[in-house]
Amino acid sequence: MIAVYDARSASAGRIDIEHLSVALGSGDQAFEAVQDISFSVAPGEFVCLLGPSGCGKSTLLGALAGHIAATRGRFAVDGKPVAGPGPDRGIVFQHHTLFPWKRVVDNVAFGPKMRGVGKAARRAQAREMLELVGLQGFADHYPAQLSGGMQQRVEIARVLINRPRLLLMDEPFGALDAQTRRMMQELLLDIWSRVRTTVVFITHDIDEALFLADHILVMSPRPGRIIENIRVPFARPRHADLVVEAGFVRLKHHCLNLLRIGAHPDSLPRLSPLGLAQSLA
Amino acid sequence: MKIDVSAGRLLLRAVSLGVCLIAWHFASTLRLDLGVVSFRNVPAPFEVANAAMDLLHSSKLMADIGASLSRVFGGFVAAAAIGIGLGLAIGRSRRAKDVLLPPLEVLRPVPAVAWIPLAVLMFPSSELSMIFVTFTGALFPILLNTIHGVESVDPRLVASGRSLGGGSRAILWEVVLPGAAPSIVTGLAIGMGTSWFCLISAEMISGQFGIGYYTWESYTLQNYADIVVGMLLIGLLGMGSSLLLRRVGEGLMPWRRIAGVVR
Repeated sequence: MIAVYDARSASAGRIDIEHLSVALGSGDQAFEAVQDISFSVAPGEFVCLLGPSGCGKSTLLGALAGHIAATRGRFAVDGKPVAGPGPDRGIVFQHHTLFPWKRVVDNVAFGPKMRGVGKAARRAQAREMLELVGLQGFADHYPAQLSGGMQQRVEIARVLINRPRLLLMDEPFGALDAQTRRMMQELLLDIWSRVRTTVVFITHDIDEALFLADHILVMSPRPGRIIENIRVPFARPRHADLVVEAGFVRLKHHCLNLLRIGAHPDSLPRLSPLGLAQSLA
Repeated sequence: MKIDVSAGRLLLRAVSLGVCLIAWHFASTLRLDLGVVSFRNVPAPFEVANAAMDLLHSSKLMADIGASLSRVFGGFVAAAAIGIGLGLAIGRSRRAKDVLLPPLEVLRPVPAVAWIPLAVLMFPSSELSMIFVTFTGALFPILLNTIHGVESVDPRLVASGRSLGGGSRAILWEVVLPGAAPSIVTGLAIGMGTSWFCLISAEMISGQFGIGYYTWESYTLQNYADIVVGMLLIGLLGMGSSLLLRRVGEGLMPWRRIAGVVR
């Protein structure tokens, strides 16, 4: 069905981050949201950033997307330093950012349109992507006519049509109800098994991170630092029953203990991958 | 807007209108004089209706309406082009805001009608001066609503557009302009109202032809019934053009009509 994607080079999507720090705000209000972070992600891996609210994980994601400038350190995708946002690094926000004035098919076709692909060709591509996320019947709807889960599926299709090296997701299912969230997690894994790309997925939900990831990078409260890199050994494809298996529960305990370290009694306000108003590029 | 009114309420509204007409009729035919306000020279409804019929059958009507419409059209189109253009620039760029906004802010509190004497001096023809006053009246509502619309576009949509490969021109056309469109259309509708208001004033002072001129001329020639005909025509034209504008706006923004959400 999606033979287009098999031709992709297997080497695309490597992330190298060295001593990355990001400061937000200015003057007296300035604070370091992310501090001295180093890690690497192999191409095609699914990585979850797990940490308490306000720990700077969204800020880190915004830096990866190119919407926030790093104050120190280096960051490269496939060896090339990142400067500004680009279609090779797609980002999905917690609340959808579909263009309300474009029909679903034209929202998905936005990336190809920016590359100069003709109308018929880009719509055909978009319909193919909509099929991938199971929304083939909704091409002519407007975003406002879809449910929250469907909107996020369109968002994923719109990003994947650009065949990004990185798929950056900022708590994409955080605003959905529990039932829909579980369905979306399975759908995402299914899509990812067919369109292999490196995924960096932000969440504060331990179950979600364990269910989805190859690796979990656990972050401390602000300023965010990586306190542990956990390999998640469960075989794929994964199914909903996984969450009650002994190995899963054991790792979950471990994550819970990690998140308790230095936990704030009051949770900090959530940061945005676009930084504060002043730091918007 | 959905009009869904029961027959009873419609009847009530018709009765209300009828009572007003009857009150007008008696006030004018009985030459009512209340001291502070007098109806002695006010034409009765049937006189106005007769005058309207006469005007409808004369060639004068089309000439006057045509003159007014072309002036409003000229001034309004210029104001829309310049107002939306400047508004996009000011809303998007801090530099443009610092350079362009101060002089505009100084001029903004000056009512467009106050421009009439200077406009007559500045422009070679009274035609151009009237179009200028119409333009001035429409400019500020369009400009300010465009700036507001541009500034209230969700920054996440802009960020998404850039992450999907949109350059600055594409972001302007594909994200900012449609995002600001509802506010721009509101500005255009308000601007249409003020441009009519300004045109009528300008025509009364310096016009030849035009519906405002016709109304004022009727006063000087003591054709009192024609004054009311002119007033009603002005209202009708203003309402019609605003309605047309809203319809066009709705046509350009089909996504705004969506109510139902699929679950």
